[in-house]
Amino acid sequence: MRFPHFRSIALGGAVALLSFGVQAQTIKIAYIDPLSGPFANVGEQGLAEFRFALDRINAKGGVLGGRKLEVIGFDNKVSPQEALNQLKRVIDQGIRYITQGNSSAVAGALIDAVNRHNERNPGKEILYLNYAAVDPAYTNDKCSFWHFRFDANADMKMESLTTWMAGNKNIKKVYLINQDYSFGHAVKKAGRDYLARKRPDVQIVGDDLHPLGKVTDFAPYVAKIKASGADSVITGNWGNDMSLLVKAGRDAGLNVDWYTYYAGGLGTPTAMGEAAAGKVKIIAEYHSNVANNKAAKWDADFRKAHEKQKLDFYFLRGKIMWEMFAKAINEAKSAEPKAVALALEGMRHEGDLGEVEMRKQDHQLIQPLYVFTLQKSAAKGGPKEAKLDMEGSGLAPVTDARLEAYTSAQPTSCNMKRP
Amino acid sequence: MEFVLVQILNGISYGLLLFMLSSGLTLVFSLMGVLNFAHASFYMLGAYFAYQVSAKIGFWPALVIAPVLVGTIGMLVERWGLRTVHRYGHVAELLFTFGLAYLIEEAVHLVWGRVAVEYRVPPDLDGPLFTIFTSQYPIYRGFMMLVAVAMLVSIWLALTRTRIGLVIQAALTHPQTVEALGHNVPRVFMLVFGGGAALAGLAGVIGGNAFVTEPGMAAAVGPIIFVIVVVGGMGSLAGAFIASILIGCMQTFAVALDWGFAGITISQAAPVLPYLLMVLLLIFRPRGLMGTREG
Repeated sequence: MRFPHFRSIALGGAVALLSFGVQAQTIKIAYIDPLSGPFANVGEQGLAEFRFALDRINAKGGVLGGRKLEVIGFDNKVSPQEALNQLKRVIDQGIRYITQGNSSAVAGALIDAVNRHNERNPGKEILYLNYAAVDPAYTNDKCSFWHFRFDANADMKMESLTTWMAGNKNIKKVYLINQDYSFGHAVKKAGRDYLARKRPDVQIVGDDLHPLGKVTDFAPYVAKIKASGADSVITGNWGNDMSLLVKAGRDAGLNVDWYTYYAGGLGTPTAMGEAAAGKVKIIAEYHSNVANNKAAKWDADFRKAHEKQKLDFYFLRGKIMWEMFAKAINEAKSAEPKAVALALEGMRHEGDLGEVEMRKQDHQLIQPLYVFTLQKSAAKGGPKEAKLDMEGSGLAPVTDARLEAYTSAQPTSCNMKRP
Repeated sequence: MEFVLVQILNGISYGLLLFMLSSGLTLVFSLMGVLNFAHASFYMLGAYFAYQVSAKIGFWPALVIAPVLVGTIGMLVERWGLRTVHRYGHVAELLFTFGLAYLIEEAVHLVWGRVAVEYRVPPDLDGPLFTIFTSQYPIYRGFMMLVAVAMLVSIWLALTRTRIGLVIQAALTHPQTVEALGHNVPRVFMLVFGGGAALAGLAGVIGGNAFVTEPGMAAAVGPIIFVIVVVGGMGSLAGAFIASILIGCMQTFAVALDWGFAGITISQAAPVLPYLLMVLLLIFRPRGLMGTREG
């Protein structure tokens, strides 16, 4: 009786040792984002895309001549406090890279914690790759050497969006509605300032802030928008706050154009349904029907691999982020965060939709952006460019304009402390 | 004028949906003394069942089948879960329902995934009901109000005009006597718990397509229905009705007010107002608007 037991333990130990040996080679990245609760779907999407991207890099031989990359999920429940707890776990496990995107409130807490940790533990630094938290402060007065942002920040998106809006003479009265936290405030401020600069004739007829993720019935807000006589609404809302707002607008027969940041994925097209067709415009770095799309095959492969979960390819910036990350490790000839950070700074990269640059001054990626409209897909009688729809919702993105990288580049107040 | 009328209608219809949600909770509490933390999860189940059924055979059958299914689950939970836990007291019951809420949420994740499902308003009910000056009022909101009022009337009739209603009312205050008269009180409890769950399920059928059907929907309405039950008075159906309409209208109108102080406008604070009301009420009138028991 004893023998087999002993054997299985010995075997288990040997396997553990073996896998330990393999893992020491693997470069791990902690993905600190919501994997449970109301925003779990958003977190799961990112994790699926990053696994897909890293698998591709590994399949091509990994980095530094054979080392693999691996992303590991840490659930932060979109809470800054929980994110810090997870960061502690990440540090305890000896992981040196983190990535996060959902909620700028969480990003702020992580930047502070990473700065503190790196100051106190030289030689054990953590590097933070931000793929979606877009509060402009993190590449301005709160910028950090240890933080790199691969998404265009809220101001950059607003710059491009208002540049496009400025050319549309039908816009006369604009209403702003945003979530009441740092990101929503940033959208609100940028929207007001940039419109005043580019189209002083446009009237701001309303400006609302509502709590993040707590409103179920947007009908009262819609009645207010209607009463204001607005023809266009600008909103940075995401998740349910986005879809419920558009749905309530349709129910009340509100005839406005929606200018949004995040109506283009993560369950929102499904929830809005055809109410959104022709009415919802989005500013982002990618959509599936974009012209000259070098990521088209990647997009199709991802959709195919995630057919069951009905996931679309959403984060082109994620793909670019991991490609640049792998390149930086190879250029630095080291997986040490400090060396990798120095290689990432100022890196130019041939992205799938044009060249991008990780600006050295503030660690902000400068990239081309698109304004696009959700239309009925070609299969449902929409325009023929509307080939691929989103989440099988019958809504497909169609480009209105491409805005080159320089359009959105902003001056920065960043005064970075370099190690 | 147009704005005020629309906001009143919006407030009332939202209030009525809140009432559908909280009526089951308050009924169960008044009879069994159980504060059911999983109540909002039954609401979510109602929405998901309705989505599944309406995809197969249409919305109208779903309107009946989904609440019945949820009610059955409620009864099973009472019979095989709560009743066993009951003898360990209220804290154990509370913890049980608390855990159940998490279980249901995870089950929903496993079965339907984490992304919103495509549960839509049926085409017959899609469109404007009437137009106030220039604002459309959707048919579906009217339908929501109709169902809620029908539900209110039938609960009231069932409780005051039927035999089982009388037994329930008697069991509320004198369970031993009712048992001595030969009625099966545990079964009454089971029926009431199932009924409460079914009411939440019905609210889910209606609310799921009016808003969004996704795994976070239970967590989104959970706190507010407790506020309604507390404000209305624990266990008072009439109180829950008044509190629902009050809170519905309060939130709706608060959104419209742009004046404020210290940089915060009333409209910004709108979703917090019900909680403020609850705190004030607990300080000045702990039994709630229509509640009978003190504290």
